Amino acid sequence: MFESLGERLTGVFDRLTGRGVLSEKDVDEALREVRLALLEADVALPVVRDFIAKARERATGEAVVRSVRPADQVVKLVHDGLVEMLGGDDVQGLNLSTTPPTVILMAGLQGSGKTTTSAKLALRIQKMERRKVLMASLDTRRPAAMEQLATLGKQAEVETLPIVAGQSAPDIARRALQAARLGGFDVLILDTAGRTTLDEQMMGEAAEIARIASPHESLLVADALTGQDAVRTAKAFHERLALTGLILTRTDGDARGGAALSMRAVTGLPIKFLGAGEKIDALEVFDARRVAGRILGAGDVVALVEKAVAEVDHAQAEKMAAKLQKGQFDLDDLAAQLRQMQKMGGMQGLMGMLPGVQKVKKQIAESGMDDRVFRRQEAIIGSMTKLERRKPDVLNASRKRRVAIGAGVDVAEINRLLKQHRQMADMVKSMSKGGGKGFARMAQAMGGMMGGGPGGLPPGLTAPSNADLERLRALGGGQLPPGGGGLPGLPGMGGGGMPGLPGFPKKK
Amino acid sequence: MSDAPPDNGFIIAPIPGFGPKKSWTERLTKGLAKTSKEFTEQVTAVLTKRRLDQDALDELEEMLIEADLGPAAAARVAAAFGKARFGREADENEIKESLAEAIAAELRPHEARFDPLRGPKPYIVLFVGVNGSGKTTTLGKIAADLKGRGAKVLIAAGDTFRAAAVEQLSVWAARSDTPIITRPAGADAAGLVFDAAARARAEGFDVVLVDTAGRLQNKSALMDELAKIVRVLKKADPSAPHETLLVLDATVGRNALSQVEAFDRIAGVTGVVMTKLDGTARGGVLVPVAEASRAPIKLIGVGEGIDDLQPFDATAFARSLVGLPAR
Repeated sequence: MFESLGERLTGVFDRLTGRGVLSEKDVDEALREVRLALLEADVALPVVRDFIAKARERATGEAVVRSVRPADQVVKLVHDGLVEMLGGDDVQGLNLSTTPPTVILMAGLQGSGKTTTSAKLALRIQKMERRKVLMASLDTRRPAAMEQLATLGKQAEVETLPIVAGQSAPDIARRALQAARLGGFDVLILDTAGRTTLDEQMMGEAAEIARIASPHESLLVADALTGQDAVRTAKAFHERLALTGLILTRTDGDARGGAALSMRAVTGLPIKFLGAGEKIDALEVFDARRVAGRILGAGDVVALVEKAVAEVDHAQAEKMAAKLQKGQFDLDDLAAQLRQMQKMGGMQGLMGMLPGVQKVKKQIAESGMDDRVFRRQEAIIGSMTKLERRKPDVLNASRKRRVAIGAGVDVAEINRLLKQHRQMADMVKSMSKGGGKGFARMAQAMGGMMGGGPGGLPPGLTAPSNADLERLRALGGGQLPPGGGGLPGLPGMGGGGMPGLPGFPKKK
Repeated sequence: MSDAPPDNGFIIAPIPGFGPKKSWTERLTKGLAKTSKEFTEQVTAVLTKRRLDQDALDELEEMLIEADLGPAAAARVAAAFGKARFGREADENEIKESLAEAIAAELRPHEARFDPLRGPKPYIVLFVGVNGSGKTTTLGKIAADLKGRGAKVLIAAGDTFRAAAVEQLSVWAARSDTPIITRPAGADAAGLVFDAAARARAEGFDVVLVDTAGRLQNKSALMDELAKIVRVLKKADPSAPHETLLVLDATVGRNALSQVEAFDRIAGVTGVVMTKLDGTARGGVLVPVAEASRAPIKLIGVGEGIDDLQPFDATAFARSLVGLPAR
């Protein structure tokens, strides 16, 4: 549905041929796309404006790292900016008081997931911190809200305050405090009624509860699906309750979660946890990198790029690049690529880092296309003589039979591998004719080969979008031979990324 | 009708809406007043008493984005507004009228009525949506409304997953004095729905309102379960469900589009209900949602009271959004 930022930027930079330094115009054009991407991800407009201003400062004049596509570079820059704005790697846990009971107040809009999150938090504190927790629902409005907390309490084996009919929220708060003190509880979690920020009476009640309970932690529970309203919500609650942190729920949905950035930017409060599932233990510690990747629609692509950089043997990559330039691509090169892919975690590993490809993963598993295929192909190449590897044309029927026996496969599989190699070799050849620049475009052409349409796996390991996903899905469903065979996808897979590899920034 | 206190010991604050009746447009305007106030103040501040130029239009577009219209719809509305007004000066009211018209034009093709009393009997209505969007509350309000109109209504508590969901719905059923079919937590929802349909036919009910558990649209296992509910329902009555209402929360941003698409694919949505329009300052999300959805918008919720759930009227909505009284 949404294009990822990587894709948008690729569009922009494809038109730019000049390399060297990012000009102001390049940056402007790229930032316009960044702005749209952030808005599509539900980041609030004022926050987007701030962010763009900062990013412009940083991007202008930035030297283009040799051979890295400017699009990737800008994505990285934006990603780093987002991580920083989200609080970086600094993880903030709960502030548990030394004099019990620590009071934790949970507030939020209706339907944001306060009650469920209260129970998740209670379970976590009881399990991980080994503190005794009491929960109390102050929700006198929503039918059966108290019942819900009591039921969840039973599931989590956390005690809940007995329900007394007809009490007002402040009265329940007082009773809960007393019960927590008398019962020797370490932590008291107060689950308040959901309210709309614009309902003065309800906000007043929340403030009164806060005054009575003087909580050590006041946590705003907010839905990751929230749109532009996130800013107002966070501000309104922060003004009345002096919040100490945020919990983002429903991060297991497919929303981009720009609300996280908005809320963090407006309140300066740390995001402490992420709710990531319906089960009572689905509460995770906040991870700025993951959320940033999400906002960009890029999954953990940056990690993927970093991993690629770390894993690639540079000397070998340079050597291969030189060969490719000359239009040569023999079976040794193919074997090297196969090894490279396996080093990066194989198919599963690569897929795992791409966003939202669970379905594709399943299809790949079903189609029998897995890492064993890579290993088998490597074995085939390993069973050849040096001459055969350099000049596959000499492989006649009897040589093929020998290789097949050596690798423990059928001759048909050898033919498939050879066909695949020939396609890749042809591609390399035609690209080298276009001069050095041809290689920049080669990745894309190869990607196209894979999907059978325009695109395929995004070239150069950039962020795939949902559109890519559709294509991948089509690929998984339609193009993969059932029963695991020739791997027509490989040229695109390996080839799409690998010819670009020499260009990854070197680790210093 | 009176809100007879249920005898199951829950604490219930009296809910608004059972009090003296106000007219629907009054409610809409009041509900959206909070929504519209800041937006219209901004808009008029930027646009009044100056010739409409590109800068002003750009600013308008940004405000529309902030009202959750999304970049694409915001650009369209701003452009339509610009066409009508470009190069001219206008007073506040004229600006509001033009803007309301531009928004209404976007919404009008996506407006339709929810009328369960005109159709086959029993008329089976399925409520679907993500967690916390307001399915149960919406169902409760509809039950009360239909009951008030003299219909024989059956409620099926198909949310067997969330803790106390059945209890919550039972309270609503008690309020409107409507029979309800429940099963213990964790039971198979599809089976319960089948029973409800069978019983409704046997006992001559007019309408069956089926609640379902909230589910995120990217959870394929849960969506499969929803598909099963629909499948099983069709076994009881091949023409069912006669209406599948997707309940959307107005505070949701761009993800609403993804919800529309996924729920439609699995359950064949026939109408959209947008709730909590009063709770946020952003009613604008209705525009991109209307556009993305195959199904029309049928109902909107502008308050907590029972009467605050109302048929969707594009013109009235657009006018309220910019702070104009109904015509």
